[in-house]
Amino acid sequence: MTSVLYDVPGPKARRVSLIGSVIGTVLILGLAAWIVMTLAQQGIFEGRRWEIFIRADVWRLLGNGIIATLSAAAIAAVIAFPLGLLLCLLRISLVDWIRIPTRVVLEFLRGMPVVLMMLFVLLVFGTNSFIAVVAGLVLYNAAIFAEIIRAGIQSLPKGQREAGLAIGLTSFQSRLLIELPQAIRRMMPSLVAQLVVLLKDTSLGYIVAYGELLRAVQVMADFLGNAFLFPVFFVAAGIYIAINICVSRLAVWIERRGSKKAAGGVAKAVPAEAPTAK
Amino acid sequence: MEVIIENLPLYWDGLLRTLFLSAVSGIIALILGTLLAAARVSPVAALRGFSTVYVEVLRNTPLTIAFFFAAIVLPRLGVRFEQFEVAAIIALSAYTAAFVAEAVRSGVNSVPLGQAEAARSIGMKFGQVLTLIILPQALRTVIPPLINILIALVKNSSVAGAFFVLELFGYGRQMANANGDQVMAVLLGVAFFYLLLTVPLGILASTVERKVAIAR
Repeated sequence: MTSVLYDVPGPKARRVSLIGSVIGTVLILGLAAWIVMTLAQQGIFEGRRWEIFIRADVWRLLGNGIIATLSAAAIAAVIAFPLGLLLCLLRISLVDWIRIPTRVVLEFLRGMPVVLMMLFVLLVFGTNSFIAVVAGLVLYNAAIFAEIIRAGIQSLPKGQREAGLAIGLTSFQSRLLIELPQAIRRMMPSLVAQLVVLLKDTSLGYIVAYGELLRAVQVMADFLGNAFLFPVFFVAAGIYIAINICVSRLAVWIERRGSKKAAGGVAKAVPAEAPTAK
Repeated sequence: MEVIIENLPLYWDGLLRTLFLSAVSGIIALILGTLLAAARVSPVAALRGFSTVYVEVLRNTPLTIAFFFAAIVLPRLGVRFEQFEVAAIIALSAYTAAFVAEAVRSGVNSVPLGQAEAARSIGMKFGQVLTLIILPQALRTVIPPLINILIALVKNSSVAGAFFVLELFGYGRQMANANGDQVMAVLLGVAFFYLLLTVPLGILASTVERKVAIAR
């Protein structure tokens, strides 16, 4: 691998790098070995602790947790996207008394922890925890979607809107027919990256007692005994992370595909930002 | 409304604790994240691999799972904390460091190639190229994204409130339980105090973006 940051390594540098790699690997392996030893002392690797994964009901509970997680994320995403579009259109409206209040609402929603919104819906409206989780996710992510799409519209060449107006479209028609479709396509990687954030945030449902994957872990640990907490947690966290990595990869794939296709076109793809921290 | 005024000391205390958690985790995450970004572009393959795996895994880990691990799983494995704040800081800074690393790396990529080439052509080594030429420029372009990461950190610290740490969100939950009839006022108060932290940071981010950062 070559990099602009350093010269192609000569024999001496290669040796230094090799030694560095070996030492680094040894250090990391040593850390891993220490962790494994500590875990082994706790008896984590006794077969009996992992035998629970033979049982169907353990998998059924985990499965229910996954389904609860995915369904909350899916429903929230399906509601949040159109709502985000609507908020975006209101936010860029030419009418002051529509644009300014929307801006205040968006700032408010974006500056708030998602878990606080979930708790608010849960306690103030007395809903069940599923509705609280979905509502919290929808409110927050609609605001983010609106901002992403707005950024997309602003990044379009000015001529797009001018051409739309010139052929007699109204301002709203130009937004809807000319600018939005291009903006959404352009921001597709960011939008999918935000979906990863949304999926990750469903785990906040644990805090408002929604029966998602992490809650299922807790329930099983309480039921089977603390000895099984680590194995169950380990498997559940692995599943969660694997799902998220898959969706992240999808975002990267869409970005590559988009930039190949749109290169040179009118809507030249902009490099997507890395998924923002929630 | 009265309930907010009555509990103002609690809100204030919560705000300070949230600020403390965010500040400590933020500093650790900035340092750790910059080191990870440096490792990511370094000539040593093992460092590159470690950094890549770390960032990829932590970025795709839900924060709640990181907290669950630090506050519930670790103590049962024999790692005991005097205070749960320590667990919260570990979870928050380990999680945020991954995002800092990504931001700094994209900043490194945004520095024009000529800069690195010029530095190398006058005989600088990798460490010198990185610390004297690339990072100072990269950090300037990544200030706005870094501030956005810090805003997210402030909001994320609320998860600590669910894992035995009393901060703004934790106090909010307590107060909501104690004042069952005025839940809305209590929680709107909590929201207000969060906005007190996040909105100024957001304004700072956009100001910096316009003024300090160099356009490329």
